Amino acid sequence: MSLMTEITIFVLAVFVGFEVISKVPTTLHTPLMSQTNAIHGIVMLGGLIVLGYADDGLEYLIGTIAVAFGAINIVGGFMVTDRMLGMFTKKPRPKPSSDGKGGS
Amino acid sequence: MVRAVLEPGGDGATALYIVAFSLFIIGIKQGTHPTTAKRGNLIAAGGMAIAVVTTLLLDGMGNWGLIFLGLGIGTAVGVIASIRVQMTEMPQMVALYNGVGGGAVALIAWSEIRHGSHGLPLDELIPIIFAGVVGSVSFWGSNIAFAKLQDLIPTRPIAAPGQQVINAVLLIAVVAICVILAVDHDSPSQGLFILLLVLAAILGNLVVLPIGGADMPVVISLLNAFTGLSAAAAGFALDNVALIVAGTLVGSSGTILTLEMATAMNRSVSNILFSGFGGAPSGGGGGTGEEKPHVSIGAQDAAIKLAYADTVVIVPGYGLAVAQAQHAIKEVADELEARGVTVNYAIHPVAGRMPGHMNVLLAEADVAYENLKEMEEINPEMSRTDVAVVVGANDVTNPAAKNDPDSPIAGMPIIEVSEAQEVIVIKRSLSPGFAGIDNDLFYEPNTSMLFADAKAAAAEIASEIGNL
Repeated sequence: MSLMTEITIFVLAVFVGFEVISKVPTTLHTPLMSQTNAIHGIVMLGGLIVLGYADDGLEYLIGTIAVAFGAINIVGGFMVTDRMLGMFTKKPRPKPSSDGKGGS
Repeated sequence: MVRAVLEPGGDGATALYIVAFSLFIIGIKQGTHPTTAKRGNLIAAGGMAIAVVTTLLLDGMGNWGLIFLGLGIGTAVGVIASIRVQMTEMPQMVALYNGVGGGAVALIAWSEIRHGSHGLPLDELIPIIFAGVVGSVSFWGSNIAFAKLQDLIPTRPIAAPGQQVINAVLLIAVVAICVILAVDHDSPSQGLFILLLVLAAILGNLVVLPIGGADMPVVISLLNAFTGLSAAAAGFALDNVALIVAGTLVGSSGTILTLEMATAMNRSVSNILFSGFGGAPSGGGGGTGEEKPHVSIGAQDAAIKLAYADTVVIVPGYGLAVAQAQHAIKEVADELEARGVTVNYAIHPVAGRMPGHMNVLLAEADVAYENLKEMEEINPEMSRTDVAVVVGANDVTNPAAKNDPDSPIAGMPIIEVSEAQEVIVIKRSLSPGFAGIDNDLFYEPNTSMLFADAKAAAAEIASEIGNL
């Protein structure tokens, strides 16, 4: 891929990122951060490539640590986000209206 | 082993990476509403699964034992951590995840330099250097942020004399080494690159150490942006579109949150990073030694005020999380709602230790998200509110931010509780908050102080309301 193609992708991704993420409400900013942690785990791909083609001892070590770090990001990030969002998706209980204050 | 092989950098692999990053974007888009966010998270996770499997199927991959070892360790740590972590500890966890993400990028950059010892084109070398420096800064900065949030090291600002000078010298050294490596790109020195990683590590430590606990929302967001950008840089170096797009998305997210947090504190990002704020309580209105008159009440009085109100707004701050009082406060709200009182929660953007933290803590206590109101939404309602209850919040309610142009927090957006008919402040003492200045709210005629631990006070109020 040429450098200019990559820069084009990067710039467009900046605009998409700002557009999509600025619509996430404050309420969901903590899950957003843990989810972006998980998406950041994409660096594990780099770790896998390093390790998959490694042929000396130091490279084995670097690659294995990078893969483990990336996997922590991916697995931990998506799981903890799921756990948090589970608290938000719970149906709000109907308000007990003992005084006949609107029964919607 | 499956041998359906994809050519590295070939069209097949790239197409699958495009599917993966599209799913990330769709996933985040679904995250714009609480009811669809959970599904969005699963969609993004699906995208990640595609990206990982695609990479494992690349032609010539080997060392499967080590690959599965790394995957196994990471998965085990991730699963255990995500099940065990308390919601109050989310900031630490995100800090740690920022850290390992940055660390992985720095390691990958190191490995790329090793492979390029016979010369690297500049359009590969520059992203590698960038990824290494930013990854290393994120790794060490995040670890310090984690240690501070976890109380392993003091949360107050720690700064050596002349720290600014040391930081500046380090920064110049880092830039100089980057230039030397780039000029010498026919045979980039591995030793020099390692020195670069080490200097960046020291810089990461020194920049985060002097930052106080209440500024952590900004620091965590900024480190989040850094790790994202470092991943994008790694994508440039590895010619991998999935890394470029995913890293850029994370970078955008971190940048947006950083700016939002800084706006909510009415301070610039550089001011937060480079001034040990909150150290000196020498703000305007300070220096008055005498005790100003204030009204102090007990739990029973508070219960009566609340029970006979029509509308109540609860303003929680980090103190509520520290006291683990969110469940007790929910009980108060339940008792009030049973009596027909409307209860809402006013959430300041920097309530908590990371963006949106307070919302998660209250959601955990089963507060419906419809009742969590943002600052802009609740302020116009304040004058129609009978009782505002401030729990563990301080500076974000200080009317001086609006009324006193000389105040250190002048211009900071606040939750305008003093507009409410009555205010109850649950707090241990009259001591100032993080900004180190007196809160004028405490001395206003319509404010009552309830001096107690937030959790104990809330539990007592709930039972008093029940007895009415």
